[in-house]
Parts: sequence; C-alpha cells; structure tokens
Amino acid sequence: MGEQKSMTIKGNMATAMGAKLCRPNVVPAYPITPSTLFPEKMSEFIADGELDASMINVESEHSAMSACIGASATGARVVTASASQGVALMHEMLFIASGMRLPIVMAVGNRALSAPINIWCDHQDTIASRDSGCLQFYAENNQEGLDLMINAFRIGEDERVLLPVIVGIDAFVLTHTIEGVKVPAQEDVDDFLPPYKPKHGTLDHRDPATFGSFAPPEYYQEFKFEQTKAMEDSRDVIDEIFADYANRFGRDYKKVSTYACEDADVILLTMGSMTGTAREAVKKMREEGKKVGLAKLTVYRPFPMPELKDILSSAKGVAVIERNISPGSTGAVYAELAGTFVNEKKRPLLKNFITGLGGRDTLVDTFEEIYDKTIEVIENGEVKVLVEWIAMNEEVMR
Amino acid sequence: MTQNEDIELFASGHRACAGCGEGTAVRQILKVAGPNTIATICTGCLEVVSTGYPETAWEIPLIHAAFENSASVASGVEVALKELGRKEGVNVLAFGGDGGTFDIGLQALSGMLERGHDITYICLDNEAYMNTGIQRCSSTPYGASTTTSPSGKYSIGESKQKKPIAAICAAHGIPYTATANIAYINDLKKKVKKAIETEGPSFLHVFAPCPTGWRHGSDDTIEIGRLAVQTGVFVLWEAVDGDICNLKVTVMPKKRKPVEEYLKRQKRFAHLTEEDIAKIQQEVDEKCDRYGLPKRE
Repeated sequence: MGEQKSMTIKGNMATAMGAKLCRPNVVPAYPITPSTLFPEKMSEFIADGELDASMINVESEHSAMSACIGASATGARVVTASASQGVALMHEMLFIASGMRLPIVMAVGNRALSAPINIWCDHQDTIASRDSGCLQFYAENNQEGLDLMINAFRIGEDERVLLPVIVGIDAFVLTHTIEGVKVPAQEDVDDFLPPYKPKHGTLDHRDPATFGSFAPPEYYQEFKFEQTKAMEDSRDVIDEIFADYANRFGRDYKKVSTYACEDADVILLTMGSMTGTAREAVKKMREEGKKVGLAKLTVYRPFPMPELKDILSSAKGVAVIERNISPGSTGAVYAELAGTFVNEKKRPLLKNFITGLGGRDTLVDTFEEIYDKTIEVIENGEVKVLVEWIAMNEEVMR
Repeated sequence: MTQNEDIELFASGHRACAGCGEGTAVRQILKVAGPNTIATICTGCLEVVSTGYPETAWEIPLIHAAFENSASVASGVEVALKELGRKEGVNVLAFGGDGGTFDIGLQALSGMLERGHDITYICLDNEAYMNTGIQRCSSTPYGASTTTSPSGKYSIGESKQKKPIAAICAAHGIPYTATANIAYINDLKKKVKKAIETEGPSFLHVFAPCPTGWRHGSDDTIEIGRLAVQTGVFVLWEAVDGDICNLKVTVMPKKRKPVEEYLKRQKRFAHLTEEDIAKIQQEVDEKCDRYGLPKRE
C-alpha cells in the first residue's frame, strides 16, 4: 500500500480529488454555487495533464446529466457535480440515468431550493430526487466526501447494482471549508477500483443495440422491478465494499454509524455535517449524566431499515433531525423511519425536528434543546407534535 | 449513390403511419450514413414507432433518453467515443422531431452546435406535435389548423410564422447547414453525405409531410413534399460555415406554382379564405425574392 498523502483542502476539492483518483473518462458539468469548484478542479486536472479525460462544458444541468447518460451508455466512466436548482433541473434525467442502469457518479453540494433563493446548506435538493433510483450518500466531513466518491464508483459499477450514485457534501460547511484529508495513493485506488467494463454492452456499431426503448404496459413494471431489485441488492454490496475500503484504507464506513448509543434513552438521528456538532453536544450531555446517543445516516438510499431498527429499537425516544421538509407531511427521514418501525412491537417514540434550513446554524444548544424536547415526549409517553421547527428566529416570525 | 444502397438499417415492420414522411427520411438517411453510425433520438413519433420493446427497427446502435436532449445525449456519445479511442470512422447522428428541435430542445441543440461536436443533427419536421395529437409548435406554418391552434370564427388557425430554424442553427457559424425534403431524395442524400463528411457540427432541416396531421392522402406524401418546393413554401438550400448571406439554393424550381396548389391538398388549410391564401402567397413571394427564386407562374 502506498502512503496516504495528507492534504488540507475544501470539500469540493476533496470530492474532485476522489473523482480524479477514479480516472473518469468524461466530465460533463455546469457551474452552480456551491459545487462550482468541482468542475473547475476537474478542468485544471485535465489542463495540467494530471487526468486523461474530457470535460463537456454544457449549457445546463439538464444537458449535463443528458451528456452523462450518452457518455456512460457509450462505455465511459462519467462523473459530474451539481447542487440545488441544478439538481432540480436535471431531475427528469436522474430517473432516466437510473432506469437505463448507468453508474454515473455525481457530487452534490447540498443546498436549499428556491424560493426564496438561498445558496446555503440544506438537503432539500437531493431529498427531492430520492425516488429517482440513484443511491444517495451523505458526508459528515471532507474526508468522507473523498472516500465516498471512490466507493460510489465501485458500488455503482458493481454488476449487482448498475445504478447512479449521488454523494452529498453540505454547502459551504463542507464545500468551502478547508479540512485535513488523507488522500489514497493512485495505485491503491486503481487496485480497489477496476476499469469500468459495462456488463450489458455499450453503444457500439460492432454490436448494435437499442437503448432507452419504449416499454408498453406488458413490460414497464418488470423494468421497474429489476431496477428496484438492484437498489435492494446494493445493500449487501455497500457493506461488502465499505468493508473492503476499510481494510485497504483504514476508514470504516457504515450505512448508519453510532456514537454512545448502547445504553441511550434518547438517540439523535442526523445526516451530513450537523453530525459533528451533534457529537459534541452528546459528549457534553453525557458528561452531565444524560443517557443520549447519536446515529448518523450516511446511506439514505437504499434506506437502511434493518440497521436503523437494530440501532434505534432499544432507545425510548428518537429525535429525527432533518434539513428538509415535505410541506404537508414530515421530513423525509422521519416518514421512512416511522414506516420502518410500524410493524415492530418494540419501538421508540419518534419525534421530528426540522432545523438548519437554508444554512441556519445548528449549534450545540440546538441539540440540547432537541434532547430536552425528546425527554419531554418520553415522560409524556406520547408525541403530541409530530414535527417541530427548531432554532426559529422569533423576531422574523412576529 | 453509396455502397450502402442495398443495406436496410431502418427495418420494415415499424409502426409509423402509412405514408409517414419521417420513416422514409430515416430509412434513406441511414443508407447514406451506413452501419458505422450511432444515433440518438428524441421522445416523439420516431421513438414510439421504432423502439417498442422488445423489438427495434434500428440496425445501428440507438439511444433515446428524453424529449429535449437528443443533442446533449449525442454530445456525451461523441466525446466518450473520442475519449475511448473509438470515434475514428464512426458517425454520430442526432435525430429530433420539430418539437424536440424548434421548441423544447433548442437550448440543448444550440449548446451542441456552439461546442463544436462532430455530430450531424437532423430535424425531421412535420410541423406540429404529431405524437401527442397534432398540437401547434413553433414549426407550424401560418394558417394551419391544429388541435391547439384550431381554425374557428375568431381564429385563422396558427397565427404565427414558422420559426427559421435552419438559419438560426447556421447563425452559430457551424460548418454545414442545409434544408432538405423527402420528395427530393438525391438532394437529401447528397446533403446527408456532406453533413457527415464535414468535421464538426452540421444541421439538416428535413421537411417530412405527415398524412395524419396534415390530413392528406397517405399516397400523397411525396407529392405534397414536391409541391412545397415547387411553390417556394419550403426552399432547399445549403450554407457553409454559417454564411447564410451566401447560401446556395440547391433545387431551383423553373417556374413557381401558386401556393394554393400546395395548400388545397391538405385539410389543415381547408378553412382558408381566398384572402387568407393571398396573404400567404404574398409572404411566400417575398421570401422567394430573398432566396432568388423565380417569379410565380
């Protein structure tokens, strides 16, 4: 094994470094805050001869994903990046990329959706494409951003999966924040990730085939079943490949990671960069004798139901803390977690907290308040208010 | 004309309507392009009639992704072929209907042309959204009755002029732009050959009558196409390097027939009054003067 180089880099640079190590052939991309540094860096790598690939500087995110589809179907390894409105604009093509079973990898700088327009962090952009059939990973820090990109190619390209993978890094909190990152050696990544050899052929005149057929009612449902089965099959593949990565590179990823959960009455469930702050809050509260733990969702699609059941069922209350909201319902994770537990006899009370939207800071205080409110729920034995918004600016609300 | 004349790359048995101009166009275009070709298509008639799973009419590699992005999917294909060392001797054709080209796909098309991909984009124009049931498009000519621009007491039918798509594409400064028509098959095939042989992006605007939408006999397709040229309604030209000031008219009618001969064969124009036809005639006359076509009979 080669030495892992220590670098101090921004999140966008970390995902770009991760992508570069995977030797993509084609990079169709369109700039959007806060992920613009990704296409800039990829362009530089190519300009400096560090990466043998072609950029396609497309005229929109819709065309970015469309060009990804064309290039991937031709047999190229393809990567792109986007955020927010860009992910929304390519929404249509994400379903098609997945339906055509193309293992495209996309780094997303998770950012709020308009209106009002806002460039800061929340998860609404990728949550809104949760049903597209793309795997979704969320990074806590820049190291995770880099590592998850490398894992994304290997998992997406696995013959049992063949689906696109989105790696989310939080806007600004990660995309523009400089952190220490260990960068694996190229030869070790080459060893971990073999060249992309599409299982089902490519657009090649020597073996002509039609891609993207029109499927009538006699066939459509089976296509969707197979696509869904691939997502289900990816569960084991993710575990296997995360374990292989841990063996080689020493960083162990789990679909759901835990901190101080064993004897916890209250477990905070988080996604993305807020996890770091939540961990500090849990440490502090543990010192005060509070029985609180933390679970971090790294893999959102496929939704890790068995893992969440195992980890959370012994708690009395779970606070599901989300940077997204489905107006008229709950946060996305809450609804799915409730579904996970609906048939279980032993289940914690679940309360949903919406916070951190559009870059609102999530502070240690925020998590302490959430803990207190969850304790209240446990003491009352019922969840009176399903969804509670935290860290509201009362001045603005007046 | 080419060594591929006997090869059928667009197989019979597809589900296009009897007399469909688009089917004829694709079959002839692929004879010129040959088997070393990869094509992209838009959602629309062509995709529906030719790719119904588990069958396909395409004997060459084909990809359909969505409605508005044939040009950007083709961009990905072309760059990937180059990057993988497989572009040499391989043609990339991007097909779009008029809806997928004039309207919803114009941005993707403009991007592809501007970036200079080695792609031949072919717009198969039947002058309305035929697959969804004859709705107006920016390709629909003035006076045509469609289901969303119906003629009526207070409506002439389509009230806007057809968008000059080929000129818009040529204005990108691309190496080769041409208009073509299935009724002039040799002219069409020559232009396909030129477009494919041209390094960089080229654009072909192919006039393809639609018996279903234009409401003419299915055995009249070629005749209608010919009348469009003979009346000057659709002018056949080509331009090199986007120089539309020096475009070349490739099929020059000796005498120009009155537009009425073209209009009266199609029920989409059946409601037009003498005054309406006179107005259309005047506009066609002015356009033909600009192209240097002969005066009307």
